[in-house]
Amino acid sequence: MNVHEYQAKDLMRKFGIKVLRGKVAKSVNEAVDGAKSLGGNIWVVKAQIHAGGRGKAGGVKLAKSLDEVKTHATAILGKTLVTHQTGPEGKKVQTLLIEEGCKIEHEYYLGIVLDRNKGKLTFIGSAEGGVEIEKVAAESPEKIIKVTIDPASGYSSYIGRKLAFAMGMKGDVVKDALAFFEGLYNLYTSCDCTAAEINPLVVTSTGEVLALDAKLNFDDNALFRHPEIEALRDASEESKEELEAHEYGLSYISLDGNIGCLVNGAGLAMGTMDIIKLFGGTPANFLDVGGGATKETVEKAFAIILRDPKVKAILVNIFGGIMKCDIIAEGIVGAARSLGIKVPLVVRLEGTNVSLGKKILGESGLQIIAADDLSDAAKKVVEATKGRR
Amino acid sequence: MAILVGRETKLITIGFTGKQGTFHSLQSRDYGTNFCGGVTPGKGGTTHEGFPVFNTTYEAVNKTGANAAMIFVPPKAAADAILECVDSEMPLIVCITEGIPILDMVKVRKAMLGSKSRLIGPNCPGIITPGECKIGIMPGHIHMPGKVGVISRSGTLTYEAVYQLTQREIGQSTCVGIGGDPVAGTSFIDVLELFQKDPATDAVIMIGEIGGQAEVDAARWIKKNMTKPVVSFIAGASAPKGKRMGHAGAIIGGSDDTAEAKFRILEQCGVTISRSPAELGAKMKEVLAH
Repeated sequence: MNVHEYQAKDLMRKFGIKVLRGKVAKSVNEAVDGAKSLGGNIWVVKAQIHAGGRGKAGGVKLAKSLDEVKTHATAILGKTLVTHQTGPEGKKVQTLLIEEGCKIEHEYYLGIVLDRNKGKLTFIGSAEGGVEIEKVAAESPEKIIKVTIDPASGYSSYIGRKLAFAMGMKGDVVKDALAFFEGLYNLYTSCDCTAAEINPLVVTSTGEVLALDAKLNFDDNALFRHPEIEALRDASEESKEELEAHEYGLSYISLDGNIGCLVNGAGLAMGTMDIIKLFGGTPANFLDVGGGATKETVEKAFAIILRDPKVKAILVNIFGGIMKCDIIAEGIVGAARSLGIKVPLVVRLEGTNVSLGKKILGESGLQIIAADDLSDAAKKVVEATKGRR
Repeated sequence: MAILVGRETKLITIGFTGKQGTFHSLQSRDYGTNFCGGVTPGKGGTTHEGFPVFNTTYEAVNKTGANAAMIFVPPKAAADAILECVDSEMPLIVCITEGIPILDMVKVRKAMLGSKSRLIGPNCPGIITPGECKIGIMPGHIHMPGKVGVISRSGTLTYEAVYQLTQREIGQSTCVGIGGDPVAGTSFIDVLELFQKDPATDAVIMIGEIGGQAEVDAARWIKKNMTKPVVSFIAGASAPKGKRMGHAGAIIGGSDDTAEAKFRILEQCGVTISRSPAELGAKMKEVLAH
């Protein structure tokens, strides 16, 4: 799960991590009032959307007067920002963060991620902050510092020192940086993050170490023990279909092709998308019905797939294991009755209760293109889309 | 015995009396696995489906002599169940549970180091030595005994590969689902090493996914250490960057964890690649004919 920058910063404050003072605004008036109450004579107006690259897209502006705050807030609020992370459709800005300004001495990069091979959390630091870290990693990997943390002993000062000195920090800054690193590690582990990225982490002209930007991701599987983080969810930032699917235990991701896919298992769902591409088609979605699907969830899955106007044909590919083919067949029949499937439907069933599943489909009188195996299924569904333009 | 499980395996189920635990324990028994009971805290001393139920894993191990455990407890309690198995010195732990928090698994992985246990999973279909022992949720009837080892991060895609093999009358030595989570108990390399040493295995099918670099590490290990042929498919060539494809582990982060990069490196390391998930059986047949 993602949160907004202002929400991430609120959390960071709770863990003793220094961030700039800021005010959240949903309207131009709130933005100006927020700037007034912060005081000073320089502010930053920042679009709050769940995507990086906001600066380049015109979503972050410096204001040197309250008039400029007003101008920028007017321009950014309601605007659709298109960044490298939003997709071509972009994201509409509904919230602003107005922050006080600061004098930057140096910009660093700091992140915590999981090192999958070691099964341990790892700090990533660099003296090259404020730019795309992927670029730094590709062009000058020696500028990326990695320090792994043993999960048994957790954070210890030596980890921070290793990181800070390698990042080129000196003097009193090191002490403040250590407090910052420890705070971020504590936040990460206490809140079940899956990624934390501070880019940039800055040292100000007065020697303060603080987070200028903040991106936090949380483990969906751990939200049950963090209702306070679940409460930060901004549903308007997430796909309505994906959320709805999630409620029914389905895993759905919308893509830009025209072949709807209904598959059991994430690996087979990806494999099905891949083979559709190999046969010259394009998948409209990833959909894993999971192992615990019922007739109702299968119907729901069809409803979600059919709501996408791009869908010109549907491929059902089920290899029954924990999931039984007859349940899927009943779901297909139910969906056809209640929704009226008007696009060609190719079905490939195999595994647990396959003959029962095929019998249910056969007796239903539905127009179904039966497929013998995975290749046959992909071929038939791609052909079906070519017949309908 | 091929690898890890066989006729001498004695299985218990943790979370035995639940719906899934019951169903798959009985399926496992019906397949011929030496199943000897299970654990459900609070129901110790009773019997369930004719098998003894224990309050703790320690007790179950002491009373039954089990050397393998299959875990079916919900995600919130799964890490705890694994840790209890480790503390009971259970040699083989197979965790089927999907959706365990990542940081719980970071803790578990640390506890596994230097322990007497091997963990398969979590979020996996389990492990089967056809004709001998089935631990997990895979449909037993699609398998047939033989000499091809199968290792995979995905459940249903493993069934797909096994089915293609069996259709061509190519049997399997052992099929291991290592699971789709970013932090798992057993890696591709761990299993490849066992297959390489196993006299009952002649060749291996390895099924990977986008995300992480486990397949790349495995490819390099194969080049250096493996004399048996390996056929491989990587799922997710059509997946967009940054979108998590169902499995917690299946997300493209950088340029090295795409399907394309993995296919390329596998091929460079002498692995026979199959760009279609429907060609795994056919490719293996070609490889075995040489």
